[in-house]
Amino acid sequence: MFKFILGKIILLIPTFLGITLAAFLFVRLLPGDPVTILSGERGISEERRAEMIAQLGLDQPVIVQYFTYLKHILQGDFGQSISTHRPVVEEFFERLPATLELAFFAILIAVLIGVPAGIIAAVKRGRWPDHVLMGSALTGYSMPIFWWGLLLIMLFSTILGWTPVSGRLDIINYYFDPVTGFMTVDAWLSGQEGAVKSALHHLILPSVVLSTIPMAVIARQTRSAMLEVLGEDYIRTAYAKGLPTWRVIGIHALRNAMITVVTVIGLQVGSLMAGAVLTETIFSWPGVGKWMIDAISHRDYPAVQGGLLFISMLVMLVNLIVDLMYGWINPRVRDGK
Amino acid sequence: MSLLSVRNLSVAFPTQNGWFQAVEGIHLEVNAGDILAIVGESGSGKSVAMMAVMNLLPPTARITCDELKIDGQDLLAMPAKQRRKLNGGTVSMIFQEPMSSLNPCFTVGYQIDEAIRIHLGGSKKERTERVLHLLEIVGIPDPIRRYKAYPHQMSGGMSQRAMIAMALAANPKLLIADEPTTALDVTVQAQILELLLKLQQTQGMGLILITHDMGVVAETAQQVVVQYAGQQVEKQPVFGLFNTPHHPYTAALLDALPERAPVGDFLPTIQGIVPGQKDRPLGCLFSPRCTHAQALCREQQPPLVREAKEWLRCYYPLNLAEVSHG
Repeated sequence: MFKFILGKIILLIPTFLGITLAAFLFVRLLPGDPVTILSGERGISEERRAEMIAQLGLDQPVIVQYFTYLKHILQGDFGQSISTHRPVVEEFFERLPATLELAFFAILIAVLIGVPAGIIAAVKRGRWPDHVLMGSALTGYSMPIFWWGLLLIMLFSTILGWTPVSGRLDIINYYFDPVTGFMTVDAWLSGQEGAVKSALHHLILPSVVLSTIPMAVIARQTRSAMLEVLGEDYIRTAYAKGLPTWRVIGIHALRNAMITVVTVIGLQVGSLMAGAVLTETIFSWPGVGKWMIDAISHRDYPAVQGGLLFISMLVMLVNLIVDLMYGWINPRVRDGK
Repeated sequence: MSLLSVRNLSVAFPTQNGWFQAVEGIHLEVNAGDILAIVGESGSGKSVAMMAVMNLLPPTARITCDELKIDGQDLLAMPAKQRRKLNGGTVSMIFQEPMSSLNPCFTVGYQIDEAIRIHLGGSKKERTERVLHLLEIVGIPDPIRRYKAYPHQMSGGMSQRAMIAMALAANPKLLIADEPTTALDVTVQAQILELLLKLQQTQGMGLILITHDMGVVAETAQQVVVQYAGQQVEKQPVFGLFNTPHHPYTAALLDALPERAPVGDFLPTIQGIVPGQKDRPLGCLFSPRCTHAQALCREQQPPLVREAKEWLRCYYPLNLAEVSHG
């Protein structure tokens, strides 16, 4: 087992180097540069400009800049944000809990609705529940996030007035210092009555928006995995044994179907981070997605590079966990190899 | 009273070209302690008929039956839920592919325990003891270690033994074994068969053995049903069937046995193949391949006729003179 994990981690090293290079080059491919944006509409003198560029090290050849950057990363220095002059690590991890909280609730909703929907569609294959569920899944999957988010805000916030438009907490009635950075947890720790409810109230709509695409993917994959499994010999055995239908489907079939579904859920975490960028922007959610958008518009090279790197590492970490879980779910993978 | 009584069982499946008649007019009777063999080529509807008895066919299958009783209980009048409870309790079934018939995600012990929990109940400790006992009587060495084994850690023979243990979990009165040795090594085949017969005797169960191995039939069964293209063509006690087969198909099957073939000559075969959905002949389904067929056979289907303990579907039966009909 230790060897298995070690092997996986060694494989991550080239991926990691590739990401640093990609992040480094992409951000420089954007038109404009941080100095132009910092200097604002009125502009600055040529000497001052040259001085600032030299200060940021942008006067060096790109290849030299890259290796300097790499050297700093290996020393654990991810640089400072050009616009705030604070360390990138600090800025990122300050906002990460907000994103993780959003992503966690999104994946929770996606799994809690997607998996049962897939099961029902598979069991009722070819009949109306299947068509309704898979039709909805396709619609959800095809819906652009920003458009879907705005539609939901219009309905639930503007017309019905059920949910807040933005933010993470009702800051007029509640205030407490962040402890963990997770608003629901902090609200609970503060002990203020109604604070948790307020946090969840703010969380619900963005989570639903962010969960839509993973939910659709999970539902479709659960359906196809279940259809495959339901045709297996051991399902016939389970019926021949006299087990009730719910046990055959909910335990014997689902357990086998989960082997594929868990992999899919793991892969969805990557697209969840991409979705978080849009969702956080729509709902002014102070997470890393919104922070990245701001960093990109400021051409804040170290922040964008650092952000991309951390998010990639997070996705890789989740996939590693999924790989490990795979062994736990599928006994055939567990022994050796 | 017979343990299993089936009258005129038919099964059809919907296809793009209409209904496909997989099983047509099967009559069976099994008493406690009896062994009934069902023989026939692949695709002759042996398994489908038994799965219909167990209610294991997909819901699209159209099953019709004049009478279907297990242990005196009328299955046709029973709601599906109640009928499911008979499975594994009163009547158990084991299958052709033991390796894929066990769920790969659960331990063997868990899967056997599940059957006990559903039908007999009892505390966890009592059930575990019973699982270990069952593993022992089906001849699995080191039951305590095997309890925790996953199916992929066991050989085909071991898996089939585990399947048998699972089938016996609730002391069924009838066991249906659907080609239980076909997927196994030749050396293991004999062991599994021997085990089945031993258990059948010690437990006093009825046993239905689906097979296409005539050698197995001769050694084990008391009654034999011969199926062809979904139809029951003959039923006889085993001695009569081997000595005086009435249906030309049965006779041809027996002639094709290597043990019976004339030494130094080619092994006799039955020309042609079993008719499919589209090329079913108008008359007797076997007529295109039958060396005894006459004009009537090709025009009209012979009815299934019963005489004493024998059933036959043929206009021109063989070996009749040697049989006395009392």
